[in-house]
Amino acid sequence: MGEMIKMVVVLTVLSVVSGGSLSWLKDFTEPKIENQVMNLVKGPAIRQILENTDNDPVEDRFKIKDGEEERNVFVGVFDGTPDTVVLEASANGYGDKVGMVVAINMAEETIRGIAVTTHKETPGLGARAKDDPNFAAQFAGQSINQEFGVTTDGGQISALSGATITSRAVASGVNKAIETYKKLKPEMEAKISGMGK
Amino acid sequence: MAKSIASEFTKGLWNEVPPFRLVLGLCPVLGVTTSMKNGIGMGLATTFVLLCSNILVSLLRKVIPAKVRIACFIIIIATFVIVVEQMMAAFAYTLFMDLGVFIPLIVVNCIVLGRAEAFASKNGIAKSTADGLGIGLGFTWALGLLGAVRELIGTGSLVGDVFGLIHWDFQNIFGASFEPFAFAVQAPGAFVILGLLLCAMNLIPSK
Repeated sequence: MGEMIKMVVVLTVLSVVSGGSLSWLKDFTEPKIENQVMNLVKGPAIRQILENTDNDPVEDRFKIKDGEEERNVFVGVFDGTPDTVVLEASANGYGDKVGMVVAINMAEETIRGIAVTTHKETPGLGARAKDDPNFAAQFAGQSINQEFGVTTDGGQISALSGATITSRAVASGVNKAIETYKKLKPEMEAKISGMGK
Repeated sequence: MAKSIASEFTKGLWNEVPPFRLVLGLCPVLGVTTSMKNGIGMGLATTFVLLCSNILVSLLRKVIPAKVRIACFIIIIATFVIVVEQMMAAFAYTLFMDLGVFIPLIVVNCIVLGRAEAFASKNGIAKSTADGLGIGLGFTWALGLLGAVRELIGTGSLVGDVFGLIHWDFQNIFGASFEPFAFAVQAPGAFVILGLLLCAMNLIPSK
């Protein structure tokens, strides 16, 4: 009996100490990791889908409150007018969440471009959502007044072969971004009206 | 006593260097050694986990009940692996992206659990520290060497850095006319080159 209790106590104490110190570590590293992801993953992805802007979209970003969450909004200025916003979204893929950035042209109500940023999909299959530019290019120029889906589900996006789940995740992520955009549009317009001068 | 601590340290560097002498922990050995930089990064990450888990297991060896020792070891090891993963994401993000899934897989690296079970749970803290450090550095040089050979044959250059501290940049070591064998940096090349290195190691007798 005594041995039994000892086993339980030792395992419990170990787990508590381990869990506690890791949660402290997470608080410590989270802003640093976010910074790294911004500089090394999201930044290049956003600059790639927003070519030839007058400004630096990564520098001209602001946060907007969406209910409980704070969302990053990146602004792209083209020919002096700030007409493009980039929103982040994520959806469940095959591995973990598939993160992406979606650029929306506010004047034309179209998608200017999308790019997958963070993911843990299978290399060579789902990972092509990020690596294969042809896949993301399908979204560019499409109207935002429609629901995106893969062709097997009756949508307009050809899924990556062997990676339907990842392709679905990207499509639903884009839908989420559009939803957020429509919800937050007035606030975003108010924030960016002064930019680009 | 002092002599035996030193010998616990040096055995990991040569006589018991894990991938070559014991042929243990081959998953990261084959997976991440596409370049010298990745090999050394992975080796150092494993060294950190090995060192910390050895110290902690050795400290707690009289407290941990024998029946749940493996579970306790895994909790300790997993904790340090998450520490490494988080710190690497925070401070060396490009290496973190290159190593990807192999960092969390250090938890199931048989060398780490093997040292905890076979050595640290039976020996004092000084010896366990020396053992962890020795085996870890042995693992590091083995991965670095395999990575260097593969990078050299596969790309003709050696480029990289260790956590931004040490840089190296040797372009076209074999001259501009050298045609790289991309085979060497692909997965099958890892097996072939590891086999050749094992063969070379066996030609040199262990003392």
